[in-house]
Amino acid sequence: MNFKLGFIATMFMVTSMYAQTIEVCKTCPVTTLKDGISAAKPYDTVVVKKGTYKEYNVLVDKPLTLIGENYPVIDGELKGEVITVVSDSVTVDGLFIINVGNSYTEDYAAIRVKRSKHFVIQNLVLEKLFFGIYIEKSSYGKVYHNKIIGDAVEEYNSGNGIQLWYSHYVDIEHNFVEHVRDGIYLEFSDNCIIKNNVSAENLRYGLHFMFSNDDVYQDNTFENNGAGVAVMFSKKIKMVNNTFKENWGTASYGLLLKEINDSEITGNSFKENTIGINIEGSNRITYKNNNFSNNGWAVKVKGACYTNRFIENNFLYNSFDISYNSKVNDNIFDRNYWSNYTGYDLDKDGIGDVPYRPVKLFSYIVNRTPETIILLRSLFIDIIDFSEKVSPVFTPDNLMDNNPQTKRITW
Amino acid sequence: MLKILKYSFFDLMRSRWSYVYFAFYLLLGVVLLFLNNDLSKAVITLMNVIIVLVPLIGTIFGVMYYYNSKEFTELLLAQPLKRSSIFLGQYLGVALSLSMSLILGLGIPFVFYGLFKSNAIWDFSLLLITGSFLTLIFTALAFNIALSNENKIKGFGYAILLWLFLAVIYDGLFLMTLILFEDYPLDKLSLIGTMLNPIDLSRTLILLKLDISALLGYTGAIFKQFFGTSFGLIVSFIMLIVWVVLPVLRIMFKSKRKDF
Repeated sequence: MNFKLGFIATMFMVTSMYAQTIEVCKTCPVTTLKDGISAAKPYDTVVVKKGTYKEYNVLVDKPLTLIGENYPVIDGELKGEVITVVSDSVTVDGLFIINVGNSYTEDYAAIRVKRSKHFVIQNLVLEKLFFGIYIEKSSYGKVYHNKIIGDAVEEYNSGNGIQLWYSHYVDIEHNFVEHVRDGIYLEFSDNCIIKNNVSAENLRYGLHFMFSNDDVYQDNTFENNGAGVAVMFSKKIKMVNNTFKENWGTASYGLLLKEINDSEITGNSFKENTIGINIEGSNRITYKNNNFSNNGWAVKVKGACYTNRFIENNFLYNSFDISYNSKVNDNIFDRNYWSNYTGYDLDKDGIGDVPYRPVKLFSYIVNRTPETIILLRSLFIDIIDFSEKVSPVFTPDNLMDNNPQTKRITW
Repeated sequence: MLKILKYSFFDLMRSRWSYVYFAFYLLLGVVLLFLNNDLSKAVITLMNVIIVLVPLIGTIFGVMYYYNSKEFTELLLAQPLKRSSIFLGQYLGVALSLSMSLILGLGIPFVFYGLFKSNAIWDFSLLLITGSFLTLIFTALAFNIALSNENKIKGFGYAILLWLFLAVIYDGLFLMTLILFEDYPLDKLSLIGTMLNPIDLSRTLILLKLDISALLGYTGAIFKQFFGTSFGLIVSFIMLIVWVVLPVLRIMFKSKRKDF
């Protein structure tokens, strides 16, 4: 009996020496986050109980687990950054952070991770923020299940929801970001995985890549943003099973590709966007098994796009399927389903016997004189489109799908 | 007037042409649904048909009816009846029977296909409303042409020309104007140009529902106000009503002075 008790006691001592738990609450010996962190030893756990803590510039400089119980409120009182992590192996979990300071010279964030590894940021709720979660030169971390609700009105004085800067191997999963400038922003960040996030109602982009290579984003939803996703100056990005919808407006895209090479766009669905995909200077990209439905322009190809392949996509009821602004075409369209296809299939092999030309003459006219969009679906326009289809003069004559499917493709 | 309306209406209901017209729309609806298997796509195709065919049939039918019933009209004129009520009665008889054929002919197959359970019902009802408006407008225009031309051949010629102009040539001229003046701000001009042609007007009305995402791609503020809010819908409907009222007023005016 005694032996058993002694054993348990030693075990307890060992574990408590190894990792102690420090509680922070209004009636505890430790009443502030800052005191809690300075009292903690490396690998301790700081538990923050429910309550409101008015603190900012909280520095986490040792490996800690910072856990909030029942979402304690950390109020930055608009004075500056709220939590800054500068140590490896820090976990921040379950806090409700509000009132991050606004500044035109510094990017104050609700939580910033700086030059650290193996961090976990999860279950946070951020409101009234400037920047949300800012990962700076940090790697091998996880940003999981956070909810970020901003109140951004203008682009110039608002920040991004989740921002990565020179950070590699970060997983961003199950986050919900709305009403900020860019929902998720990656700059110089390679090998990141962005999965199952919802990014909506943001001023600029739902997801924004700059100079970031080898990243994967999949199963995300981008809705009603200034533009859904902008991928710029990056290589080898995989975009899989995302949903881009209702990105409406004059410069609104579901997906904007600029200077993107060797990427893969598979299984996405583009619904009711003004422009589904806007491509500029992007080469060697494979578009496969995507659904483009009810967009203004499904795919708008601007200059310098070579050896892209559009294979087995569904183009359903878009006002324009493909739009080009030049006569040169080096892209391949094959085995797609086009709801506007009017050909026939006499041998019943599921492939239309007449090639389909997805570029209409009218889309050139609209490119030149945008006001003519008002004549969309007019009989006269149908007639000139038809004559152009019969003998292409203005549209690239090799731009066609030789094997248009007669049934919608399923995968 | 109501009596004449009733007479014209039932006269047309008995006539072969109404049935042909009705059967045509019935067949069109059935075939479209049978081939497409998709309500929203069928609505788009139907729109193309309606904005071209309804005006054509309205014009031809209106002119034809007027010339055919000319002797009866002269008989009526001998009676103590107001001239405007005779012609308005006839006009409404034709227009209403045509609208009815349209609504029933297209409505029946779509209802059987499960329109009420689909979310295309608003697009579809908008389509029928604009179709009916087009019938009213073009029948009135046809009556105007027939009233002004004693010569049947000339009357038919003008009627077809009118349709051809409004359905095709107008858009061509419109497009040329827009391209010619592309250096200038054009959004007001393009909206006004649309208002001046009932076919374009109904097309825009339907575009507002079907292609709103493409229409919002253009940057003009006036466009945005027009297409982005219910303002466009309201203005278009008012213009359609104006387009009905003006030719009808001319029918009344013309019929009062005409020498038979």
